Amino acid sequence: MSSSDTPPSLYAAREPVFPRRVKGPFRQMKWAIMVVTLGIYYITPWIRWDRGPNLPDQAVLIDMAGRRFFFFWIEIWPHEFYFVAGLLIMAGLGLFLFTSALGRVWCGYACPQTVWTDLFILTERWIEGDRNARVRLWNARWDARKVRLRTTKWIVWLAIGLATGGAWVFYFADAPTLAMNLVTGQAPAIAYTTMAILSFTTFFMGGVAREQVCIYACPWPRIQAAMMDEDTITIGYREWRGEPRGKKRVEGAGDCIDCMACVNVCPTGIDIRDGQQMACITCGLCIDACDDVMAKIGKPRGLIDYFTLKDEEIERAGGTAKHIWRHIFRPRTILYTSLWSLVGAGLLFALFIRSDIEMTVAPVRNPIFITQSDGTIRNVYDIRLLNKYGEPRLFHLSLSSDEILRIDIEGADERSVLVPADTTQQVRVYVSARPDDPAASAERTDFRFWAEDLVSGDRTSTDTHFNGKVQ
Amino acid sequence: MTKTPEQKEIGTTGHSWDGIEELNNPLPRWWVWILYATIVWGIGYTIAYPAWPMISGATPGLLGYSTRANVAADIAAVEAANAELMDQLATVDLASLPENESLHSFAINGGAAVFRANCSQCHGSGAAGVQASGYPSLLDDDWLWGGTIDEIAYTVTNGIRNEQSPDARWTQMPAFGEMLSGEEIGQLVAHVQAISGQDHDATLAAAGAPLFLDNCSACHGEAGEGNRDMGAPRLTDAIWLYGGDADTLTETITNARFGVMPAWSEEWRSAGGLSAAEVNAVAAYVHQLGGGE
Repeated sequence: MSSSDTPPSLYAAREPVFPRRVKGPFRQMKWAIMVVTLGIYYITPWIRWDRGPNLPDQAVLIDMAGRRFFFFWIEIWPHEFYFVAGLLIMAGLGLFLFTSALGRVWCGYACPQTVWTDLFILTERWIEGDRNARVRLWNARWDARKVRLRTTKWIVWLAIGLATGGAWVFYFADAPTLAMNLVTGQAPAIAYTTMAILSFTTFFMGGVAREQVCIYACPWPRIQAAMMDEDTITIGYREWRGEPRGKKRVEGAGDCIDCMACVNVCPTGIDIRDGQQMACITCGLCIDACDDVMAKIGKPRGLIDYFTLKDEEIERAGGTAKHIWRHIFRPRTILYTSLWSLVGAGLLFALFIRSDIEMTVAPVRNPIFITQSDGTIRNVYDIRLLNKYGEPRLFHLSLSSDEILRIDIEGADERSVLVPADTTQQVRVYVSARPDDPAASAERTDFRFWAEDLVSGDRTSTDTHFNGKVQ
Repeated sequence: MTKTPEQKEIGTTGHSWDGIEELNNPLPRWWVWILYATIVWGIGYTIAYPAWPMISGATPGLLGYSTRANVAADIAAVEAANAELMDQLATVDLASLPENESLHSFAINGGAAVFRANCSQCHGSGAAGVQASGYPSLLDDDWLWGGTIDEIAYTVTNGIRNEQSPDARWTQMPAFGEMLSGEEIGQLVAHVQAISGQDHDATLAAAGAPLFLDNCSACHGEAGEGNRDMGAPRLTDAIWLYGGDADTLTETITNARFGVMPAWSEEWRSAGGLSAAEVNAVAAYVHQLGGGE
């Protein structure tokens, strides 16, 4: 059996969304978060932080060529990348925590896609007017006015995009220098390319694609379901209170007067009254819009509101919803918080115990020992010394052992090595046992290398062992 | 047939098989455009870049892109960047090379690569040598022909006991099995073990002392201290080219040894030789392995 109608298209054109301006506490919060997040993003590269003459004075700097990451008083070397891994794990656990407690609060308030789209819609409103004016302009023919408004809007968007890409590259080089070079055309090609790509993607994602990114491209809406449960706070419509919707004065009607305010302000263009749906980013703007209408018609606020699926059951049965904190504190969120804190505490611990000098020892085991002409047995170790200070430091090498062992450094008469500022130095170190000493004929002698920074007195040690020649 | 609420709301595509209907959740149209765009891009790509396999090779593409050419260009760029250092290295005074820190470091790193490619087959990747085959260790403080950078460079350039270079280091130990009796050889072995501080038969060793003076001291020295001019090893130390036990010493004295090292300078090789700079680099590398003089 087949339908006799013309089959519907398999592909749907985008329904343009024209969000109306809205006022309210959630909108206020979104403005505040936008100012803070964008402020952090744009201002951070310009913060200065004095680290001495040999190191950059930019507070946050990712120095790819020098393989260093500077964050205020912290300097991360490539072998300390576990800090970044730890932060990413914390970000993941934090996302789990916030999603299980507050649903898609990340999507609604803090996601760059949301923040920049919000900014783009704001500028669009300034230039083209609010929802009705924009709908009219959308349907209008391409006359001089439309061309002028659209061109203005695109130029402003492009400027925002350029500033976005521009701020990004400042994280990777000294910001004032790079800014000057960018203006005079002397910056590296990669800086211009990065700016061009980010300008385009910002323009496209914030100006054109918008909610399509959230609905079709982003994996997060798909993953979130696994982290939400009936205690998760999310946005819903109190349908048992609102329905049947219609004119206010009709007998038996619900609170919803079907004014479409919630739909008109929605940045993803959905109707929250249809229930939970993937396209809802829980930004709370429909709550602000509906509360405004409820106030006008003299009904209590909260027809559309943050509540949980469990609340819904209770309220339908005529009960009173649990207090919000009773939802937030539950085993699941406590578990996520504990894990998050655990990783954080571990990272802090690792941060505080790390020293400014480090030593890694790679015993050369090809061959495992060398016989000298007088019968002395020698082992070779490649030692890498790390000096994280902003000035050259003299490292004194020594060893401690129960047996008699001698230490020498290739190409040096002294047992000291000068390590340049903020870098590593590899030296080949010889440890020897004279033929009569027990270590020369013992299969294995444990000992400990010590490196001491003669200026600060910092010491670091590494355990390794000496291979003798077993007769 | 009754429809579920979902079917009523979303609608169906109209397709129906045995009563199973297909819901219509249309893809966004731009998604389809992206599909077409990738097809167009793909066609353009195969025209611009090497793509279609032919009988001998692939279509070269209009842009003339070639990974081999890129690698060749990269190598040429590195060589051009190093050209000045290589020139310096070819003519440097080797004795003073360690004082020139940057050139010395360049030589060591380059020499390590030369060593791995050309020398490690006999001397081992760790330069520890192979005693069973008489390939000497380059890590210790004992040198047959000298352990300064200059001497090492000479050995690398000309080799030892080869027919390639007229300047090869050349001496030959006689096979004493043709001249001495088995008993005399046993006495010599005991004497060599005595002067090298090993366990030995004192009677045999005492008998071997005059034999050593008569037959061996011309090259190895009266006390067995060796002679670098002849590449004659010192017999009093703990290092043995082939081994210091009685069996190996007996074999060495009876049949002699004839260790050969090729000449590595490109001057003496038809192919695969080392340039002067490469010889100096590998000499500098070997010199700083622990035993350099």
